[in-house]
Amino acid sequence: MPPRASKRKSVPPNSSSVTSSDGRSVSNKAKTKGMEKVDRLFNTYANSSLGMIDPEGIEALCADLGVDYTDVRILMLAWKLKSEKQGYFTREEWQTGLKELGVDSLSKLKKALPELEKEVEKPSNYEGFYIYAFRYCLTEEKQKSVDIESICELLNLVLGVQFRPQVDSLVEYLKVQNDYKVINADQWINFLRFCKEISFPDLGNYDANQAWPLILDNFVEWMREKQS
Amino acid sequence: MESKTIDFERGWDHVYKGIKQLRRILEGLPEPLFTSGEYVMLYSTVYNMCARNPPHNYSQQLYDKYREVLEEYITSTLSPSLRGKRDEFLLRELVKIWVNHKVMVRWLSRFFNYLDRYFVDYRSLPALNEVGMTCFTDLVYREVQTNIKDAAIVLIGKEREGDRIDCSLLKNVLDIFVAVGMGSMERYEDDFEADMLRDTGAYYSRKASSWIEEDSCPEYMLKCEECLKKERDRVFHYLRSSSEVKLIEKVQHELLVTYIDRLLEKEHSGCRALLRDDKADDLSRMYRLYCKIPRGLDPVADIFKQHVTAEGTALVQAIGAASNAPGVQEHVLLRKIIELHCKYMAYVTDCFQNHNLFCNALKDAFKVFCNNTGTDSSSAELLATFCDDILKKGGSEKLSDEAIEETLENAVKLLAYINDRDLFAEFYRKKLARRLLFDRSANDDHERSVLSKLKQQCGEQFTSKMEGMVTDITLSRENHAAFEDYLRSNSAAHPGIDLTVTILTTGFWPSYKPCNLNLPTEMIKCVEVFKGFYETKTKHKKLTWIYSLGTCNLSGMFDQKTIELVVSTHQAAVLMLFNTSDRLSYSEIMDQLNSTHEDLVRLLHSLSCAKYKILSKQPDTKTISRSDYFEFNSKFTNKLRRIKIPLPPVDEKKKIVEDVDKDRRYAIDAAIVRVMKTRKVLGYQQLVSECVEQLSQTFKPDIKAIKKQIEDLITREFLERDEENPNTFKYLA
Repeated sequence: MPPRASKRKSVPPNSSSVTSSDGRSVSNKAKTKGMEKVDRLFNTYANSSLGMIDPEGIEALCADLGVDYTDVRILMLAWKLKSEKQGYFTREEWQTGLKELGVDSLSKLKKALPELEKEVEKPSNYEGFYIYAFRYCLTEEKQKSVDIESICELLNLVLGVQFRPQVDSLVEYLKVQNDYKVINADQWINFLRFCKEISFPDLGNYDANQAWPLILDNFVEWMREKQS
Repeated sequence: MESKTIDFERGWDHVYKGIKQLRRILEGLPEPLFTSGEYVMLYSTVYNMCARNPPHNYSQQLYDKYREVLEEYITSTLSPSLRGKRDEFLLRELVKIWVNHKVMVRWLSRFFNYLDRYFVDYRSLPALNEVGMTCFTDLVYREVQTNIKDAAIVLIGKEREGDRIDCSLLKNVLDIFVAVGMGSMERYEDDFEADMLRDTGAYYSRKASSWIEEDSCPEYMLKCEECLKKERDRVFHYLRSSSEVKLIEKVQHELLVTYIDRLLEKEHSGCRALLRDDKADDLSRMYRLYCKIPRGLDPVADIFKQHVTAEGTALVQAIGAASNAPGVQEHVLLRKIIELHCKYMAYVTDCFQNHNLFCNALKDAFKVFCNNTGTDSSSAELLATFCDDILKKGGSEKLSDEAIEETLENAVKLLAYINDRDLFAEFYRKKLARRLLFDRSANDDHERSVLSKLKQQCGEQFTSKMEGMVTDITLSRENHAAFEDYLRSNSAAHPGIDLTVTILTTGFWPSYKPCNLNLPTEMIKCVEVFKGFYETKTKHKKLTWIYSLGTCNLSGMFDQKTIELVVSTHQAAVLMLFNTSDRLSYSEIMDQLNSTHEDLVRLLHSLSCAKYKILSKQPDTKTISRSDYFEFNSKFTNKLRRIKIPLPPVDEKKKIVEDVDKDRRYAIDAAIVRVMKTRKVLGYQQLVSECVEQLSQTFKPDIKAIKKQIEDLITREFLERDEENPNTFKYLA
């Protein structure tokens, strides 16, 4: 940046604030004020002894937002908040997340949900969200895989809108097969790849000689048998 | 020698006289030959005309005169004699004048020799004999070259048809072609050879097209062989050796390459038929003819492979369909396969000179049908049973040692074609254990010989456990001697029963179910005594007793006579219960013995429902039920004084297959880790093929099994899938 000619006190280039008489920048003031509102909102739902929002709190939040507890938008919110533990929001997560969303009240949060949906569906974010959804289910320490039931629900939730026919067939298969009782992260990520790359329902371009997980090889075999 | 300048005219006059004399000699006129004195004079004259300073140096003029003389000679004397002549006459005349020309050039060059020494080099001019050659080429050769080429080719054609021709004439003519090239073979190749080859090609093309219609494959091949031989003779007799390769190639192309498919596929006499009818000579000829042709043997090897595969498959199916007793059937199958192998191995060695293509064809063919027995038992199991039958007592007593060795050798060779080599090892090990432990092995030497053959074929790791087993038996015998010494010196410790213990090193031997059988007190004492002895030898090892593998000799005090019963330890434990009770129910026996139902049913069946009824059962049905009662059958008798009561072994097949599958999972896991540790990053397909390669000595892994292990390794965080390329894996250190 070329140096300014003026002799005024130099201002950091990207700030839009102006120094006021008492020396503190206005944006700081605004920040603190906004934080207060967000914090208050947090406290409404938080479990005071834990210091964070627990499942009950989330349920209440959902009720107030007019969204079902199992709705995918709550999962998206968790993703936006970068929530680590399923069913809990920490104060930090809440603060950072709501700030990212640019909301500080319940009504604003409600209005922000459709935009959040669009944001998640952007190709650059979608895969990250998809992977997040799986990790969010790893509730136990050192847990690496998720049981079939939960996976089926998750598939419905996360991929159901975009890939309805694939999800229906896949869920049906997962329920009848016996080889796998749990699904790991590698298999999970490949479900998405499968939906994106493989033409359905003809499965014409699926090649079992490639490194697809065995469960998908078996799924394709099962589908082909059904179709013949 | 006069050393003075000469006037050109005078000098030339002298030389020219000499030349005229030379011509007369060449014409055959009665003319005396040159004396050495005359020769020296001529030479000197030339010398004197050249070795001078200008203007008395006539080198250039003499050089030109030399050429003139020659040209004049050729045009006046040589060329005319060629005109009007054709064919063989032309050739003869040409050779004659060529000879004359050569003589002329030689003598002239001698006269004019001094020019060659200095003048020629000094002026970078062609040497005298070169000039001579050029004259001949320009004035004679060019005019007649086409005609002599045609005439020569005609002669060759006649010879091919069987006429006798003048070979030395042809040779001389071809020498001219070469000479005219003046150091290079260009004239020979361009002016003669090219057309000769073309003509050859056309000739054989005609012949081949009619022969292929009329002749059988062997007849055709015989003709080919003869033609090739004759062409080689041709080269030897008159063609230049440089023509051989091109000539043979041309002939081979027309006769063998063009018609290879039609020849090999001839219905009643082609390659398939020859194999079917065991025509070894014809097949050898086929090999000889095609082995020099690039890729010529490929179709032959292919047909060979198909034939052997078909024979093998038919054999397997035929024996599968025949309704012999199982066991016999399978033995026959293996014997037949071995016969087939020997037969076609002989072909590979004798007819096909052990060529790689045919060795591989044989291998591939056998791999196809050796793995598909069409019975319940895998070929690995069949082969192990086959070996067991030969090696156990009563198995092959009728055969000589050599015959046994040969059969075993052939059997081991078959192992190379079986995919599940590790399954074979497991079955073999199980059967070896039974042979060793129940003293059923017919001959120690044969046992050891098989192990060394297996080691040679499959590597040390394959046989290390089995060799350990054999060593254990030997060691146990030594151990037993020590045990007997111990008993002698500790007579109080003697259990009162003769006891032999065989110690097995865990890991070498197949795994056996441990059992918690309650032994009779007499046996318990034996166990304790041996434990005491063993502890004096070593404190570091733990003994686990496997009673299911033991045998026991009991004296059965029957009413009529005492009979010695040879039974298994478990059977003995059951029988000894009746020393203290007259009558026992199934459940009572169960309680006292602490056996499993499965085992107990088998035991009781062998003692009460089989050939020898040592126990009588109530009710007297054919099967054991849990409500049965048993009594010692004192009425039992037999004409023998000693009988063996067999206990049919449990079918271990399922367990063996399970064990091998488990081992394979470990092996695949280890192979994947080994490969990825070295490569760090590798594509899926390459990873699979390298694993298959690594494991190929032992078994042929299922691709799905490899995929499953890769996934397992991903879960265990040894590998991860590459984010950019989902078909590539990375090793996580």
